[in-house]
Amino acid sequence: MKPSIGFPATLFYFTDAPFWQAFWENIGFNVVYSSATNKKILDEGIKVTVTDACVPIKVYHGHVIALKDKVDYLFIPRYMNLEKKETFCPKFLGLPDMVRASIPGIPKIIAPDIQLVNPLSRLRLCKELAEKTGASFARVAHALAKAGRVQKQYIKLLQQGYLPQVAMKLVKSGRTAGSPVKEGDLNIAVLGYPYQIHDAHISVNLLEQLKQLGVNIWTMEMVSQTMLRPYRKVMSKNHFWHFSNRVMWSLFYFLNKGGLDGVIHVTAFACGPDAMVDKFMELELKQRKIPFMPITVDEHSGEAGVRTRLEAFVDMIRHRRQLE
Amino acid sequence: MKISFPHMGTSHIAFKHLIEHLGHEVVPPPAPTSRTLDLGVKYAPEFACVPLKMLLGTYLEVLEKGADTIITSGGVGPCRAGLYPHLHQKILKDLGYDCKIIIFDPPLHNLKDFFSKINYIIKKGGKSWRQFWKEFKTSWLKLCVLDDVEILSHQVRPYELKKGSTTKVFKECLHIVDQAQTREEILDAKRICEKKLKEVPQDPSRNPLKIGIIGEIYVVLEPFMNMDVEITLEEMGVITHRSIYLTQWSRQNIIVNTEGSIYKTAYPYLKKKIGGHGINSIGETILYARNGFDGVIQVAPFTCIPEIVAKSILPEVSKDLNIPVLSLTIDEQTAKAGVQTRLEAFVDLLEQKRLHGGLNYARVSGH
Repeated sequence: MKPSIGFPATLFYFTDAPFWQAFWENIGFNVVYSSATNKKILDEGIKVTVTDACVPIKVYHGHVIALKDKVDYLFIPRYMNLEKKETFCPKFLGLPDMVRASIPGIPKIIAPDIQLVNPLSRLRLCKELAEKTGASFARVAHALAKAGRVQKQYIKLLQQGYLPQVAMKLVKSGRTAGSPVKEGDLNIAVLGYPYQIHDAHISVNLLEQLKQLGVNIWTMEMVSQTMLRPYRKVMSKNHFWHFSNRVMWSLFYFLNKGGLDGVIHVTAFACGPDAMVDKFMELELKQRKIPFMPITVDEHSGEAGVRTRLEAFVDMIRHRRQLE
Repeated sequence: MKISFPHMGTSHIAFKHLIEHLGHEVVPPPAPTSRTLDLGVKYAPEFACVPLKMLLGTYLEVLEKGADTIITSGGVGPCRAGLYPHLHQKILKDLGYDCKIIIFDPPLHNLKDFFSKINYIIKKGGKSWRQFWKEFKTSWLKLCVLDDVEILSHQVRPYELKKGSTTKVFKECLHIVDQAQTREEILDAKRICEKKLKEVPQDPSRNPLKIGIIGEIYVVLEPFMNMDVEITLEEMGVITHRSIYLTQWSRQNIIVNTEGSIYKTAYPYLKKKIGGHGINSIGETILYARNGFDGVIQVAPFTCIPEIVAKSILPEVSKDLNIPVLSLTIDEQTAKAGVQTRLEAFVDLLEQKRLHGGLNYARVSGH
């Protein structure tokens, strides 16, 4: 029987799951995902983490607990840097160590350092994966290349405007599809990290609620690397963190493109990087006179509370439009 | 130029010396008060750590007093502090202040930028690089003397006969060092201070507990921020050892990194540097345990990312090495009485442990 490897369905799941799934299957592993975040996962996560950790980290621990007895290995990549002069939140850098220290009785963790700044670091990643999985170097390199092709398809679908869950299904079925239709009358950029926005339990179904209010949603996954390029030097100093930069740059992209009615920033309670991102965003949008609303989510967020705020925000924008 | 800079522990005395001798007017940063913090909290992002709020408050206070330039440090991440000056600048601009913030990133990150900024400050004051180097060396000496005096005060205080007598002498000492201008005067001041501190009536028969203080640099160095954790403990008759001193930190982090061993020590528990003092907190806890300390106290600002990672891992270290660890998370709501109670409880626990030679470890609180 093929060995099974557990992949917690959160954090990098929304950005990189098709890639890693293709990779593990190509070197002969069976990928097991945890189920989508639910109350039980969240509660289990809260139990083992420190109180001041952010919700995504608590949820991640919950997913690991849900998986730990079902799999032979756990895959907890240590994302370090995908580009020069960038890194990830310190919690990502210490993620495998935190999980190991917080959860007793977990299976063997495969935690490769993901550094892709130059060809040498890519080779090092291949070598590390080969050592940790027992597959040959050539097979790992081949599997990575193959996974890269799958990922490309996935990214393309995201840019067309599909949400990650839909895009993942489309990639699996191998069908191509036209862009989804946008039929709302308001255009709102919903910015924030993929693992918060696209996790319906954490974001208390925010995207669906907005759709029901007749809003076209624009997220940072819909903007390609090429489209972001002109905005990489807009800030006096870029942020240090991969996702935070993408959030800020796509904000500038949407602002420059025009036609935006408002911006919603989804952030986790006590998120370190977002404390910075949120204030920079607020000051920028204040200057440009564009409606802005930060939504802070934590383990106690309720759908009704968020719904009230969303309705008020959308009403305000519609009212403003009538006045103009 | 009317220059000011952040307030951190006793270091402002040395920075004031340097900038004054470079021919600028200094607006010395006032020691933080609750007003400073309130000002900062009002305009800073809610989830920024308390150092950002405190610095913003300090800047607003010195700008009121007429400062037009602020010198501060930058950083290269992943700790947020490297972005703080840029955010401060934006917030101050939004509030209508037009001040210049000069940001010094670690020199090895961008040499040209580092030297051009120093050059700007020197030339504005009408001095030469030669004079700068001389003044820099003197100020560095002053900084070292300040740290030396402080370290000595920590050694004396647990043995003092009359509570508060060491702190009183220490304050006098700071004044003496502040007054010293030349190299000779500074070295004289050091001798006088050491003599004064050693003359504090002591009871050498005590056998105090030993506690290591680890955590994030700003809250560790700024007594207002950590609710005088060191003085409080020492007045209970405990020896504290702090892992961070500015002179030691600067020597290791800014010029050459000699901390290799700390990373190696922490490796079994944390395999990568995570910014700030995260990995140091783990490594130092291990070193304290190996060196026979009775306990460790981690002081960290609320939402400090590297310290949260450290805090998640510390229970395992604590269990493995049988060293009790207390985590204090500090924000604008923290009150002195609350901290005092927890410190007393922790010290009681350590005393019991020493009496009974217990193997029970203390869990990190808040976990």
